[in-house]
Amino acid sequence: MHDLHRPNGLREPGGRAELALRLQSAPLPSRDELEDIIRSVISTMRGDLTGQETSLLTEVEELGRTIAAAKAEIAALQVDDITDSHIPSATDELGAIVDHTAAATNAILEVCETLDLLAGEVSGGQAEKLNDATTRIYEACSFQDITGQRISKVVVTLKTIETKVAQILATFRRPDDLSAPPPPVVSAEAALLNGPQLPAEAMGQSEIDRLLASFE
Amino acid sequence: MSVDKSMNVLIVDDYKTMLRIIRNLLKQIEFNNVEEASDGGEALAKLRAGQFGLVISDWNMQPMTGLQLLQEVRADARLKSTPFIMITAESKTENVVAAKQAGVSNYIVKPFNAETLKEKIEKVLGNA
Repeated sequence: MHDLHRPNGLREPGGRAELALRLQSAPLPSRDELEDIIRSVISTMRGDLTGQETSLLTEVEELGRTIAAAKAEIAALQVDDITDSHIPSATDELGAIVDHTAAATNAILEVCETLDLLAGEVSGGQAEKLNDATTRIYEACSFQDITGQRISKVVVTLKTIETKVAQILATFRRPDDLSAPPPPVVSAEAALLNGPQLPAEAMGQSEIDRLLASFE
Repeated sequence: MSVDKSMNVLIVDDYKTMLRIIRNLLKQIEFNNVEEASDGGEALAKLRAGQFGLVISDWNMQPMTGLQLLQEVRADARLKSTPFIMITAESKTENVVAAKQAGVSNYIVKPFNAETLKEKIEKVLGNA
């Protein structure tokens, strides 16, 4: 009796192995071709299915509809704005913050250096007070380095988001190109460079001192 | 403890503001002979051309990092015993361990204060 459930290649002995070989050497179908194939297979099978198989097919169809809806939603989102405008603009704004704080910090340092010179011209006690004050200002000015590094981390994060958005767009616009680009190669030392930690996560100087002492 | 404050000190950082801050803090603790470099490569060239009693370096710089500079210094027969303090915002255990394994003399985490800088310099030069 003719078995309607099996394509011709599977009726012969060794048919599965032969099909597997053919599948390995065949080019991958595009997403649209795959959808067409699945749709046509489903339409021809519907009358021969059990209840469980029908339920599974219904779920697959629902999944297909969800994917189609997601594609439409993403197309309507104008995500190009994110990569073309929003992220570059945010990056520029952050760069401007770094420039402005650097300029302000240098102005403060210049005044401090003038005060240091004045400290050399006044008597003992006052000179000491002036030196203490300028020392505290110098210490505080190192904020510019820390904030600069933190902002650099945010810029890197924004660029990562930009790349991911571009990848998502490329995947939805070019159905044949489903392969994700390889992750960037990071050297062992680069993996150590994470910039300033948030205060709750960072080791303090005293913890670092204890760690260093443990080597001695 | 007696420390020779007339020695040449090389400070290395790619943030010009930070170089200025460290130079001024050093000046306040009476280290007046201070030279600057903005990355590891420039620092190494200055170290090889001159005579320095102490290196104070940032870690995160391009193209040569502070860790690479430290490794180059420790591999150089003439420079290998130069005291080397790393000042960095990198404060994870693995960073401190990597720096120690490379031969760092001491490690200061940013932001730091003048007292910490003074204390570490005295400790390092006292042991030199």
